[in-house]
Amino acid sequence: MRSHARIGFVLLLTPLVLWLGLLIIIPHIDMLLISLRERISFGVYEPSLAQYQKALTEPLYLRTFWRTAVMSVLATAITLVIAFPVAYYIAKMARGRLQQVLFMLCLIPFYVSELVRTFGWMILLRETGLISNLLQWAGLADQPVEMLYNDAAMMVGLVYTSMLFMVVPLVTTLESLDDSVVEAGYDLGGGGISVLREIIIPHAMPGIVSGCIVVFMLSLGNYLTPTMLGGKDSLWFTEMIYNQFIVRSNWELGATFGFMLLVLSSVIVWGMLRLTGRTLQETMG
Amino acid sequence: MKKTMLATTCLAILGLAQTATADTLRLLTWGGYAPDDVVEMFEEQTGHTVEVTKSNNEEMIAKLRATGGGGFDLAQPSQDRIMGPQMEFGIYKPIDVSKLDESLFIPSMLAATMANTTVNGVVYGVPHVWGTSGLVMNTAEAGDVVKDYTDLCDPALAGKVSYRLKRPTLIGFAFALGEDPFAAYDDEAKYKEIMEKVEAKLTECKSNVKTYWSGGDELMNLMRSGEVVASMAWDTGGWKLNDDNADITFVAPASGALGWIDTFVLPAKGQADDAAYDWINFVMQPKIAAMITASAGNFTASAGAEEHAEEALKAKYQASFPIEAIDNIKWYPPVPAGLEAIEGDVLDRVQAAN
Repeated sequence: MRSHARIGFVLLLTPLVLWLGLLIIIPHIDMLLISLRERISFGVYEPSLAQYQKALTEPLYLRTFWRTAVMSVLATAITLVIAFPVAYYIAKMARGRLQQVLFMLCLIPFYVSELVRTFGWMILLRETGLISNLLQWAGLADQPVEMLYNDAAMMVGLVYTSMLFMVVPLVTTLESLDDSVVEAGYDLGGGGISVLREIIIPHAMPGIVSGCIVVFMLSLGNYLTPTMLGGKDSLWFTEMIYNQFIVRSNWELGATFGFMLLVLSSVIVWGMLRLTGRTLQETMG
Repeated sequence: MKKTMLATTCLAILGLAQTATADTLRLLTWGGYAPDDVVEMFEEQTGHTVEVTKSNNEEMIAKLRATGGGGFDLAQPSQDRIMGPQMEFGIYKPIDVSKLDESLFIPSMLAATMANTTVNGVVYGVPHVWGTSGLVMNTAEAGDVVKDYTDLCDPALAGKVSYRLKRPTLIGFAFALGEDPFAAYDDEAKYKEIMEKVEAKLTECKSNVKTYWSGGDELMNLMRSGEVVASMAWDTGGWKLNDDNADITFVAPASGALGWIDTFVLPAKGQADDAAYDWINFVMQPKIAAMITASAGNFTASAGAEEHAEEALKAKYQASFPIEAIDNIKWYPPVPAGLEAIEGDVLDRVQAAN
């Protein structure tokens, strides 16, 4: 009987172990080894820390690194600010059918691929695009307006891309908030802001934290949106990794960048959890 | 019993014979180099099946490097990208020219490509499609200003120019600045110096650029909508746009267009060499080569294919390339290892500059 249970356990565990081992752990170990070597000459490599030294001393790499981190945090914050009222409306104010319809509306843009969505923004924002023409038609602009290829356009794209991943966890946590608790808050003399601060936000905290973590990861690892909407000034860290691996054939530096990104995202997620006083277990469970 | 044995053996032999003559050719190539009608004709004639994967130089090499030269049976990187990667990663296998019908090739182009792709006395590549990059512009709006790459930085065109942030741009600007980067290929210090000059120019020029284009379609849209009036691009791009707008065309810059040749190479772990040789011999026939020219827009190294090419394309080619411009084409020599690291740093700094 016990051996049966053990076989069942092993069988259930196998896919997970294979998944983690083959797709995550082994490639990462390989990446780490690649990042810790230096090319000497044709096909000759020696272990060294030269890549990390280069990545940490070259101002360009560091600047891009921090820029990507700060912009991702900013994108996460903006997404949260926009998504919270939306989620609150869907979870608490809308009823029945309307609730489902609104939720579907959030979901529908994700039926098409990210590439198509980004192209959609390009059609709207470009110099000969819809918004520019509309402004000229309305007499608000006397010449074509270029809204593409800058940080604002990139931010719009990032927020739009990750909106759903903030709305879903927020709706789920807010739905579990008992209306009578909010009512009690008002009965006890609380105003709109104090009820929000003392009751709604603390209750929604697990949703906020998990939403933020997902959105932050998505923004940090996004490649398409910064490349297509950001134009000539926006060097995103993922773009640098792509460049090193594919264009420059410099896998050593690319792997180093990859590890820096991994460490950065881990540190920021850990910081976020510390800041909100939560454990990973609470947030994910 | 004996009969069954015999039958099975026969079947097995037949099966083996089948695999020996009819292979699957996994072709790693550029868009337009293996049009559907050519693939169909080839499959009908030889019985092989062709799986086409479209890519570009960098990705081809990255893909082959990741597998040590496996996953594909025939690839088409540019001739300057064969020697370096071969010495570095050993991703190609020698090409047996005796299995090819040499009479199908333009002799001078075949000889030049073979010389450029020889490592340790062994030939790795033969030529297929060639073309140039230079200036694609709206001659009505920018024709008077832009004669060379550096004219893209003219304030008169602020916000209306585009180019790629890739090595052809660096090389083109170096020539336009009066340097000869190809002559400095073997002199790393000198090359660095040239690239520093180019970097200063590109950084200064940055405010003039609308965006750095990365895909051909992106540039087409920018030019077609009139948002960009002058850019650095491939000749075919200009000729295609010429069909929609007679003002837009390809112009060879004063310092010379940059010439490239895409080749055929055998990846080191390719499994269908015979099919690969069959494909090369098939597509180099003048009539087939003309079909590829029609689809890719560029001419091939096939001898006698011009006769079958479209008149319209020939006319555009002659308009863009007067005789002296042809003589002035700068053909890319093989890239020595190490230079791309210098170029990479320059490109990164230009992109991050404000």
